[in-house]
Amino acid sequence: MDEEMVRERDARAYEAVHEAADFTKLKTRYKNFVVPWTIAFMAWYLAYVACCNWARGFMDHQVVGHINVALIFGLLQFVSTFVIAAVYGRFANRKLDPLASGLNAKYKRERRR
Amino acid sequence: MNVLSIPILIPLADAEPGNRALTISLFSAVVAVTLYITWWASRQNKTAADYYAGGRSFSGAQNGLAVSGDYMSAASFLGISGQIALFGYDGFLYSIGFLVAWLVALLLIAELLRNSGRFTMADQLAFRMKQKPVRTAAATSTIVVSIFYLLAQMVGAGSLVGLLLGVKSEGLKAAVIVLVGALMIVYVTIGGMKGTTWVQIVKAVLLMAGTVVITFLVLVKFNFNLSDLLGAAADNSGKGEAFLQPGLLYGKDLTGQIDFLSLGLALVLGTAGLPHILIRFYTVPDSQTARRSVQWAIGLIGAFYLMTLALGFGAAALLDTGKGSAVAESKGNVASPLLAESVGGGAGSTGGAILLALIAAVAFATILAVVAGLTLTSASSFAHDLYANVIAKTKPDEKTELRVARFAAIGIGAVSIALAIPAQKLNIAFLVALAFAVAASANLPALLFNLFWKRFNTAGAAWSIYGGLISAVVLVFFSPVVSGTPTSMITDADFSWFPLSNPGIVSIPLGFLFGVLGTFLGRDRSSESRYNELSVRALTGAGAEGPAKH
Repeated sequence: MDEEMVRERDARAYEAVHEAADFTKLKTRYKNFVVPWTIAFMAWYLAYVACCNWARGFMDHQVVGHINVALIFGLLQFVSTFVIAAVYGRFANRKLDPLASGLNAKYKRERRR
Repeated sequence: MNVLSIPILIPLADAEPGNRALTISLFSAVVAVTLYITWWASRQNKTAADYYAGGRSFSGAQNGLAVSGDYMSAASFLGISGQIALFGYDGFLYSIGFLVAWLVALLLIAELLRNSGRFTMADQLAFRMKQKPVRTAAATSTIVVSIFYLLAQMVGAGSLVGLLLGVKSEGLKAAVIVLVGALMIVYVTIGGMKGTTWVQIVKAVLLMAGTVVITFLVLVKFNFNLSDLLGAAADNSGKGEAFLQPGLLYGKDLTGQIDFLSLGLALVLGTAGLPHILIRFYTVPDSQTARRSVQWAIGLIGAFYLMTLALGFGAAALLDTGKGSAVAESKGNVASPLLAESVGGGAGSTGGAILLALIAAVAFATILAVVAGLTLTSASSFAHDLYANVIAKTKPDEKTELRVARFAAIGIGAVSIALAIPAQKLNIAFLVALAFAVAASANLPALLFNLFWKRFNTAGAAWSIYGGLISAVVLVFFSPVVSGTPTSMITDADFSWFPLSNPGIVSIPLGFLFGVLGTFLGRDRSSESRYNELSVRALTGAGAEGPAKH
């Protein structure tokens, strides 16, 4: 088989996967997860930056001993990052990977046709 | 963080010959171990996938360590803790942006890039675009970003190693730069990605271990009471509670506040566009492993930044950081090493000497590993994008391409040595921040549009990369960073009309805007035909490059 034929065969296989209902499902699931979460963590981070700039009184408030709101807010950014990374991993393992590997297998089958 | 690059002329007060002998032997041990790794890796490098992508066979944990190794430069190790030691809370702000940024990489970039690219950032764009213009644009920004970053590290290396060894002479500092440059050329030309990755892993383990030990010793001094540590830092700093609050360094007036917001944006959006980070995702067998490596990196980097908090406030509490002190004179860079000496038993004690030498060796390993990663990135992009797809008239075979990559590494190494030696006296601290701004303004828009916008085309990609790159560089050139203030790079002229030191808030939206404009003005719709293929490949991994089989 020459290169051109291989290319065409692969393109047909990709198109077949693209048309599959599972692919639409995978795409929707992925977007429905990452879009809101990205907006959420960016907003949460920018809120922190804005507070450092423009809400000094709030940030300077001491909560326990020498620990103030600014430190807690900063540490919460760490916590939220760890949590979102874990939640995404769990989501991807359970909801995305099975669909993706099914479609990957479909691609391989289509190529063999 | 980038304070490192400021030349430091005063030596460590107590770097007496005994300590220096110990430090030098530990430095030599680091060099010996890394050279051994390089030699070992070179025996396994056979194909292009081995050289560029380490055979794509690293595990999630291994690549996670290597990614964190690439990310935690000496600047963030010594710089962030030093900034906290001097400016308290504001020193901590950098690390938050640096960490949150990984969510962009995790959710939007890492896995999709792993599935749809091969060796370089340009591969992913070239998938559905015209090869030559897109590869030229992406290689340009890859090499520019990497060289900015590399220069900052090399200049930092000269002053830092000089400082740690108690070397004052400019000639010896230049010799250190040449040595670092020569080592990095050896790692990259001989070891390729596999060697560089293992060097990175070893360095990350050393760095984490060193940081854990010092953090533990600091916390023991304060009975693991964070509030007491902070209180002592506030008292000793002479600034009281203000030391624990935002505002000592950033955001003094409205311009400063907007500048800080601009910095925050570049930090959070830049990471996922840094070419030397992006190519790390190609070193794993599949997208699931890419995901796990980012999760590892987030855990390691997050833990590391939390520890720098203890190091920075520990240094503020236990060391003299006032005007004229070694910490203040070094702009904070020696805070961690001196803290190590202090918690090890103080100056003159054996424990102090050992810990000081250990931390110095860790910093040295860090510099070596990071510069190697950057050189490899630019050499790969030169050989794979520019040489193989633009310069060469017929597509070269793999052997030729790899030979070009090795020569490119030597060339890039030589250029950065040549630039770093005269730059030693310049304040080039802004280069790392600029690298982040360019990555966020030029690379991220192109990558995101390519993945998520079908209509995006060749002209759009070229416009967003050149537009973002040029606007970031031009704005910095006309900012107070380069001219017009006593701390500028050029002090005896003033051509600054852009008030912010950080261009991100303007150049990032411009990068996206140029992408949209270029796409519509370019009119070309041929890139749409392979969009479905790209999205299938990116999301499912169908047809993605597999691990090398040996």
